[in-house]
Amino acid sequence: MVDVLEPQTAAHDDHGHDEHHGPSGIMNWLTSTDHKVIGLNYTVTSIIMLVIGGAFAMLIRAQLTTPNGSVVTLAQYNELFTMHGSVMIYLFAGPFAFGGLANYMVPIQIGAPDMAFPRLNALSYWLYLTGSITMLLGFAVAGGAANFGWVGYAPLSDALNAPGAGADLWIGALLLTGFSAIFTGVNLVATIFYLRAPGMTMFRMPIFTWNMLVTGILILLAFPVLTAGLVMLYADRHFGTHIYDANHGGVPILWQNIFWFWGHPEVYILALPFFGMVTEIIPVFSRKPLFGYKGMVFATIAIAALSTGVWAHHMFTTGTVLLPFFSFMTYLISIPTGIKFFNWIGSMWGGQIRFTAAMLFAIGFLITFLIGGITGIILASPPLDFFTHDTYFVVAHFHSVVMALVIGAMAGLYYWFPKITGRFLNERIGKAQFWFLFLGSTIFTMPGYLLGLKGMPRRMAVYTLHPEWQHLNTLSSVGAWMIGFSTILFVINAVKTTRSPKTAGPNPWDAHTLEWFTTSPPPHHNFYALPNIRSERPTWDYYHPDAPALTHDDHDPSHMPNAAKGATK
Amino acid sequence: MLEGVNDPVDNPGSGLVRSRTSRTRRNLGLAALVLTPLLLSSCTVPGFGAASGVTDASHKTYKLWQGFMITGLIVGGLTLFLIVYAALRYRRKSDAIPRQTQYVTWIEILYTVIPTIIVGVLFYVTIVVENPEVARVAHPPAKINVVAFQWGWRFSYPGYPNISTVGQTTQNPVMVMPVGETDAVTLTSLDVIHGFYVKEFNYSEYAQPGVTNRFDVHVDTVGSYQSQCTQLCGLYHSLMYFKVVAIPAADYHACLTSASDGPTFVACAEKALATAGSQMTANVRPTQGALSHHG
Repeated sequence: MVDVLEPQTAAHDDHGHDEHHGPSGIMNWLTSTDHKVIGLNYTVTSIIMLVIGGAFAMLIRAQLTTPNGSVVTLAQYNELFTMHGSVMIYLFAGPFAFGGLANYMVPIQIGAPDMAFPRLNALSYWLYLTGSITMLLGFAVAGGAANFGWVGYAPLSDALNAPGAGADLWIGALLLTGFSAIFTGVNLVATIFYLRAPGMTMFRMPIFTWNMLVTGILILLAFPVLTAGLVMLYADRHFGTHIYDANHGGVPILWQNIFWFWGHPEVYILALPFFGMVTEIIPVFSRKPLFGYKGMVFATIAIAALSTGVWAHHMFTTGTVLLPFFSFMTYLISIPTGIKFFNWIGSMWGGQIRFTAAMLFAIGFLITFLIGGITGIILASPPLDFFTHDTYFVVAHFHSVVMALVIGAMAGLYYWFPKITGRFLNERIGKAQFWFLFLGSTIFTMPGYLLGLKGMPRRMAVYTLHPEWQHLNTLSSVGAWMIGFSTILFVINAVKTTRSPKTAGPNPWDAHTLEWFTTSPPPHHNFYALPNIRSERPTWDYYHPDAPALTHDDHDPSHMPNAAKGATK
Repeated sequence: MLEGVNDPVDNPGSGLVRSRTSRTRRNLGLAALVLTPLLLSSCTVPGFGAASGVTDASHKTYKLWQGFMITGLIVGGLTLFLIVYAALRYRRKSDAIPRQTQYVTWIEILYTVIPTIIVGVLFYVTIVVENPEVARVAHPPAKINVVAFQWGWRFSYPGYPNISTVGQTTQNPVMVMPVGETDAVTLTSLDVIHGFYVKEFNYSEYAQPGVTNRFDVHVDTVGSYQSQCTQLCGLYHSLMYFKVVAIPAADYHACLTSASDGPTFVACAEKALATAGSQMTANVRPTQGALSHHG
């Protein structure tokens, strides 16, 4: 182990160093196997997908501001919401988290020089990019893009009901991005298990890394099932099989079981990385260790384990599932999720909270996710699900959750941007963006809950018989446009930084984890030196040797250690 | 800038800690003050955007909804309060390093055990409402077969082979149901999956190809309930309407026996609805009116 502990300073800041390792510019982008370059490619690509998916959402909300909207046709509307959901879930949320920020940060957080399989990592990105383009090409073919919802329920997605090439492109895209996700999952798990720096035991890993380990395992559990389901769907469409075809002895409900066996773990594949980001951010800006670190780790594992046994809560109204089992399993998930909430609150409690943009986004995540979580518990009750299934109540519920993830994504971006680029995002624009995004999300989702209770079904291009739904729909659209505006603010902010000086330094936030020990941006292979790793906060320990986390039940304030318990010479 | 790197460590045993505790107590007391009346006023609980509906099951679902909403508002409100309180109360006041507390075992046990108990109660009340809702009567006095297709519905009445109603999209086909009797509904689809949903029933179920589902409905209020398909089923999904007409059971059976085909049956039912409806304005609704608030 390196014993010195010179944080990265000008002495090492040899910018020429990087260039020796490979081509620069576009060739670097095309050929690199460096996890930082790939992570950045993923991040930028997925943010472009966020903007595209968001543009679809703006059109959807424009259509719904009047009962007989004429912004798009009925057929176009079906394509729009299908592609909105597909782009956001398959092409933005997952890839942004596990391909983008995790790819960039996990190796650095555990003191590794790169991912375990750098070329597989590059393959992941190129499969992802190819898959994304494949899906969007649906708009360019006769018959238009896929139009059967992002869940692609059989038999609406069969050759008879969805004859166009758009559906095949959708299936192809999911296969490509699915393999991309699987390879990333392999890479994350292998990297975290095998490439940790000396001293980085499992229970000293940053919580973001823990979340990505669990996410990686969930990817390996869930995605192959979806891939198999998609292959069968494609076979039904083109090779004459009748797996999901009720007219020839097939079972349409099988698709739903397969899809949701992937789909519910997928919810946590999407959510856990953002939980992880927020869990990094809140303690740093409260200047405290994460409250209940080990509890948080076990809560994360519990959520992942339970998430594999709840898939049929999406199928309560099919009349074909064992209601009490799936209901009970779903309720159980709220216990570890609740633990997380109290850990987040406990981390802020008694701290010195700095309201940076990143911290504001993190708190906005907590509040928005709280609403999504509580309404999720309501939906876990089969009678209440019968009541609200396929109405806007459900749409509002999962948009509370996914908007929380988008807010969490922004928290992660504002937090790690200085590390990745060496430059700060503008805090004033960031805070304006926060308020538009946070209030916009609330104004967007709240009317949806009420509309659902009034009986408005989801995926409706028009609501001719119910002009009384217009006011709430218009309000919801206003919220959506505020979210859209907040995204424009982010893009402006990100572009603006390219002209600002690199002032971040290695550790601008006085943070906890290893990525803040190296330069911003980190050098090729990430580190010139590593500090001693004695806790899950090696960088904090280095800068604050006299303020380690207090041990279990050390309540007596007079025990505040002033001795250099973990000091470095 | 390595902000805070050279900060001195503060003295954690300062007066700050004591004042925090007393303020916390005061605020918790305030929260209890706000929440208690909400709990005590359970006999006039608001609907939180939902309505009691017109079936035996819908009233129970509505009460379950109210219970969940109250629990949700208390738990969510308390959590929200703690988030906002912690964020504002502990905003940065100095560069001092706060106490580095990481574990407090009794709090961790508390926030694991209490949610577990809440979840147990929620599951119990769910089962209490769910079991009768999914139960089926052995010999239902009324039966109806519902078949969904792109993009319409066919309603037929077992035992009356001549009587069936078919309609597509804006033709808005009519489904007739008796009031005060259990009606056994079978549900299937000819093509893709459709969603049978009547808002006033607080209930929905999929109509699926290759699967015939059955559920029992006991409507208790005469009326006409505009409904539509809720599960995406293709191009005209937004226009796949149907209407439930609930008439007194005696009229229902009389119409079934007298009608020669679907259209005459629906006409008979709508006439019965008009008659019952005009009586209802006088006095037929009271039971249901009471139910919608106290049921």
